[in-house]
Amino acid sequence: MSVFRNLNRTVRVSGGILLAVAMLAIVLPWISPNDFATVDLDNPLRAPTLQGMHWFGTDDVGRDQLVRTMHGIRVTLLVAIVASLVSLVIGVAWGAVAGYVGGRVDAFMMRAVDGLYAIPFLFFVILLMVVFDNSFLLIFIAIGAINWLDMARIVRGQTLSLREREFVKAARLIGVSTPGIIARHIAPNLIGVVVVYLTLTIPQAVLVESFLSFLGLGIQEPDTSLGTLVDNGTDHLETASWVILFPAVLLATILMSFNFLGDGLRDQLDVRERR
Amino acid sequence: MTLLSVSSLSVRFRETNAVDSLSFSVAPGESVGLVGESGSGKSQTALAIMGLSPENATVSGSVKLSGTEIVGADESAVRPLRGTRMSMVFQDPADALNPHLRIGDQIARILLSHGLADPAGARRQALEALERVRLPDPERQFRAWPHQLSGGMRQRAMIAAALIAKPDLLIADEPTTALDVTVQAQILSLLSEIREDTALLLITHDLGVVANHCERMLVLDGGRLIEEGPVRSIYAEPEHARTRALLAAARMSDDVQPPSDGETVIDIQGASVEYGRRDRVKAVKGTDLAVKSGETVAIVGESGSGKTSLAAAMTGLVTPSAGRIVFLGEAVAASVDDRPSSARKEMQLVFQNPTGSLNPRMRVEDIVAEPLAVHEPGLDAAVRREAVTAALRQMDLDDSFASRYPHELSGGQAQRVAIARALVLKPKLLVCDEAVAALDGTVRKRILDSLREVQQATGLSIVFISHDLGVVRAISHRVAVMYQGQFVEIADTASLFEAPQHPYTRELLGAILLPEAGARSSARSSK
Repeated sequence: MSVFRNLNRTVRVSGGILLAVAMLAIVLPWISPNDFATVDLDNPLRAPTLQGMHWFGTDDVGRDQLVRTMHGIRVTLLVAIVASLVSLVIGVAWGAVAGYVGGRVDAFMMRAVDGLYAIPFLFFVILLMVVFDNSFLLIFIAIGAINWLDMARIVRGQTLSLREREFVKAARLIGVSTPGIIARHIAPNLIGVVVVYLTLTIPQAVLVESFLSFLGLGIQEPDTSLGTLVDNGTDHLETASWVILFPAVLLATILMSFNFLGDGLRDQLDVRERR
Repeated sequence: MTLLSVSSLSVRFRETNAVDSLSFSVAPGESVGLVGESGSGKSQTALAIMGLSPENATVSGSVKLSGTEIVGADESAVRPLRGTRMSMVFQDPADALNPHLRIGDQIARILLSHGLADPAGARRQALEALERVRLPDPERQFRAWPHQLSGGMRQRAMIAAALIAKPDLLIADEPTTALDVTVQAQILSLLSEIREDTALLLITHDLGVVANHCERMLVLDGGRLIEEGPVRSIYAEPEHARTRALLAAARMSDDVQPPSDGETVIDIQGASVEYGRRDRVKAVKGTDLAVKSGETVAIVGESGSGKTSLAAAMTGLVTPSAGRIVFLGEAVAASVDDRPSSARKEMQLVFQNPTGSLNPRMRVEDIVAEPLAVHEPGLDAAVRREAVTAALRQMDLDDSFASRYPHELSGGQAQRVAIARALVLKPKLLVCDEAVAALDGTVRKRILDSLREVQQATGLSIVFISHDLGVVRAISHRVAVMYQGQFVEIADTASLFEAPQHPYTRELLGAILLPEAGARSSARSSK
């Protein structure tokens, strides 16, 4: 438990909220008698009730909103985390190598990034759809593919300035190998920037996912995500506000928690903040 | 009559007192030196006098400039005084000038914003001020941007700005620390000469500067005034132990043991370093230098003379455009990355900036252990820890430092960690690039002493790059004087200081400000 006690309050609270939301998203659909895909046309837009575990009410075709919202959280979190991890791994590795090695390698790697930037995003997604069919995997690839480009540029810029720092030169003089320098001297000093950037990427991934789903390029019915649920809810804003209320509040909570988690983690990982 | 009277001034930051009930006064036209190590509260005193203390500071006591109270006064009451009645020259002229304003406009603005002149008059006076500080071609400098001037020229412009409204008090906070020795001497005599009736409060850690340019001095330690009096009598008979330590560190002993005849460790043959693609700048032009084992060779010269480029070429951080480097009897590759690890192990570099050369995310023990991890990966953990502790002890750092991070160290401690890392592999050659330039006198002396001990024990060769001739005299056996990328003179330390051959060497030596009483050559004649 000592690891837990060492965490600062921001990390504990925001991390705790995210964990709790994730747990609910896993457990609730499991214990609920309802199914996220079963249509019940007799009970459209029912207000929240304890009866039959329709705690969040039902949507316009009578599907249980509680289970659908939890299902949406699963999809949203999965998309956000996987897409961000993809961009983290590729982006940091790509940027750090380009920045540290420099010269022709750098020029080649960064021109490749520029080239990918030039491809219009929607066109790229449609192309992927044609080739691969619509699937979850497609969304991960699409979102990861745009996010890692920014990450690589940011990491490269940082690396360029770190490379000229004297402790990196000192490491070269000592005889530390290039992978050793990147792993031990460059990467740890990138954490602050990378974590901050990640906390921006995660909400961005969530938003891009709902945008794609809205266009019909992302999640397909009956699968759902928080973004899609919010989008559905806008149709019934005046007559059945609960349809939008619960997914919207949860989406906001998740995004905010990620932001705070990022802030907290940055402080946590900064040795200068520790006392 | 007093111009400035400071009584029981305290500046507090949360639980620490930066300045602790400090009282002193300055008479009109007087020049007073405010001396102390970094962290002794010198700069905070200056800022409090100007009414510019940081927001998070609690200032109490009283500062009166010709009867006007400054502590606790409203900003609107103090602002008209700044620039007109009292002004300040900062340490780094590059930071103090607005990069987006032309030099002339910045100076003229002082008069304009206080309503002391109309635009045409302000322009004329600013031009005169630039002439007075002897900037070459003042018309052109008037229209120049700050980045187009050298450090010395910028500081001249700052002095012109500070004195333009003929203030009663000029506070100069380490005005020459960022400048070369030869430039430093020029700036300081200029300052003494043209200030006329303006009183000078000169803040410095350099006792040579005070001896040559002040009448009276105040010694600060931990925010308290520990000694006060005429410069001459304090230098002759310092009362306080801290003052004695400061003076001893400034005078530095020069009993350097002559090296036993060793073999040549490094031989630089015709090395040149060039930068840039098209307009190539030659930083180093075909230099030769050989260093024997157990010997300390100092390379001196002003900034831009190519000292650091030569060090980078020796260690392989830059690739020389011509020449070769023979290290331990073998020609080595130009780039450090291509050198065999046996050669890397034997040559280490210590940088000027102590905190910058330590990875902020590694603990001291890991930093010092890294060379061992690279070159002797099979080493037992306990043996390694032993070696690390020994290297730290050699540099006067006890075991409590092992688990600290670089930000928890002072500048001097960080530099000792950097030296410990360089020495843990017991190299044959240590290159110190201005390694003590950023440190205070007493800290500097201790590091030099430690280096000398290591040298005597292990026969280490040292290439010591410095612009500070006092330090050079204390540690080196031979001195190589570098000027515009070439060695103009290489001689034994003693003979170089006694009988310099080259005119540039003579100029360098002439610029040294000895921390001796009465060294002050041109006492203010008027008044």
